[in-house]
Amino acid sequence: MEPVVELQGLRKAFRGHLGLGRSVAVDGLDLRVGRGEIFGLLGPNGAGKTTTLKMMLGLLRPDAGSVRLFGLPPESVAARARIGFLPENPYFYDYLTPVEFLDLYARLHGIPAAERKPRIEQAIARVGLAGRERTALRKLSKGLIQRLGLAQAIQHDPDLVILDEPMSGLDPVGRREVRDLILGMRDAGKTVFFSSHILQDAEMLCDRVAIVFRGRLRAVGKLDDLVSHDAKWIEVGVRGGVPADVPGETTTAPDGTVRIKVRDVAELTRVLAAVPSAGGEVLSVWSRRETLEDLFLREIGNARSEERPS
Amino acid sequence: MRAVAAIALNTFREAIRDRILYLILAVAIALIAVSRFVSLLTVGSEVKIVKDLGLSAISVFGLLATVFVGVSLVSKEIERRTVFTLLAQPVRRWQFVCGKYAGLLLVLAASIAVTGAALLVAVALKGASPWGLVPAIALIFVELALVAAFAVLFSSFTNPILAAVGTAVTYVVGHLSWSFDLLEKRMPGAAGRVLCRVLHAVLPNLDRLNVKAEAVHDIALPAGYFGAAIAYGVFYSLAVIVIASLVFERREFV
Repeated sequence: MEPVVELQGLRKAFRGHLGLGRSVAVDGLDLRVGRGEIFGLLGPNGAGKTTTLKMMLGLLRPDAGSVRLFGLPPESVAARARIGFLPENPYFYDYLTPVEFLDLYARLHGIPAAERKPRIEQAIARVGLAGRERTALRKLSKGLIQRLGLAQAIQHDPDLVILDEPMSGLDPVGRREVRDLILGMRDAGKTVFFSSHILQDAEMLCDRVAIVFRGRLRAVGKLDDLVSHDAKWIEVGVRGGVPADVPGETTTAPDGTVRIKVRDVAELTRVLAAVPSAGGEVLSVWSRRETLEDLFLREIGNARSEERPS
Repeated sequence: MRAVAAIALNTFREAIRDRILYLILAVAIALIAVSRFVSLLTVGSEVKIVKDLGLSAISVFGLLATVFVGVSLVSKEIERRTVFTLLAQPVRRWQFVCGKYAGLLLVLAASIAVTGAALLVAVALKGASPWGLVPAIALIFVELALVAAFAVLFSSFTNPILAAVGTAVTYVVGHLSWSFDLLEKRMPGAAGRVLCRVLHAVLPNLDRLNVKAEAVHDIALPAGYFGAAIAYGVFYSLAVIVIASLVFERREFV
């Protein structure tokens, strides 16, 4: 099956001030994203995520390599007709109202007049902007503008939605709603490609992730395959008496419960045996596995140490 | 075509929601109204003074509107990053440039329609027939459309200040292009003469679109002049917009 997004050897460098020096933003990126996937492009600020997205949309031309969307170059109008895009920190025409704004974009997609009104109403309802249809954009908060940007990106029912930091500026309720929206798109067979440095969102949403650092791909794959399944440590919650010679590190919570962090099952067995004899009670045992954040920090740490001259 | 129309409509909407355009229009109309009283203080035909001042007001304030709206037309979209979402839609870059230009033409047409109507009424109130002014007003529109094309061209690759300077220089040079013709005759060297001839041919000749004196003095235009002047303005503007589209096609949006 043909991939929805295919990046091959993508490279982009920018000239410095007065044309002096060059900084490489994206350095030989290869990615393939299939239909119905939620794909997260993750990396710290300045990793090259936005540059990659701009090359995917034809806003920047790669110095080397190629971008194919539905097998077509991004300059192709046929490819862009099937895409929805939300930029990072969007700024839209502030003299328009949400309805006028969405009408403009619906016109650009050639949606017939009769269909525009219901589609706009539906998009506004989906992103929770009902009641604000006639408010000028300059009077809307950052979070509401972000929602409107999402409405713009999905109102023409695109097959691929490209979102640059979609959670930025949203409150917890908004983030939850956007997460549900993205999951709903996947259920409808759409592909979602988003960039983020908020790992919690990526962890909850993505089928696959790519970690980029200084323009280079550090890891790509299913989250389950990328993170280590071995327990990093085990945490035991104890109330009451705590043995004096516990093997691990202990921390006391404000409510008096103590958390004992042990490295392995052998240490855990010792703690579990010692707690009742000290007059304590075991409340919980929790095995802490590697998270996306751990993976992210590990990959970035590896990249930094590789770059450091030995 | 639908993309061009949608962008043009949005550009027009932006301009008409900006107070500065109303200020320019109000001052132009006030000047036309005042010209009725100024004409009382001068020697000569009062109607001619009203016509002369009125046509100049339409031209100058039309130019101001062109510069104010035109020079930031494309650059503002880039600076505010609204262009990112727009060009991510199924819109070709030349459609964006043409849409912005068409929107600016709509703004100019509306401004000139309002100020032109004010002048026609002022002349009619003086008891003279105003219809002889219509070709001059139409050619002011064509002249400003040509200047607007340059404003869009400059706006597509530079900031509003430089674009304003470039547009103003184009307007001045466009009205002085006859001097290259004169200079050519006085140049001693062949190379200089060729250069003058090339500049005279290539630079816009805005005087071809200026028939204000004929309109004020009720002098008939030579046969075919009006049509040829319109054709000149239209083809020149189209050529400039093609160049603007080519420049914009090469732009990258960092």
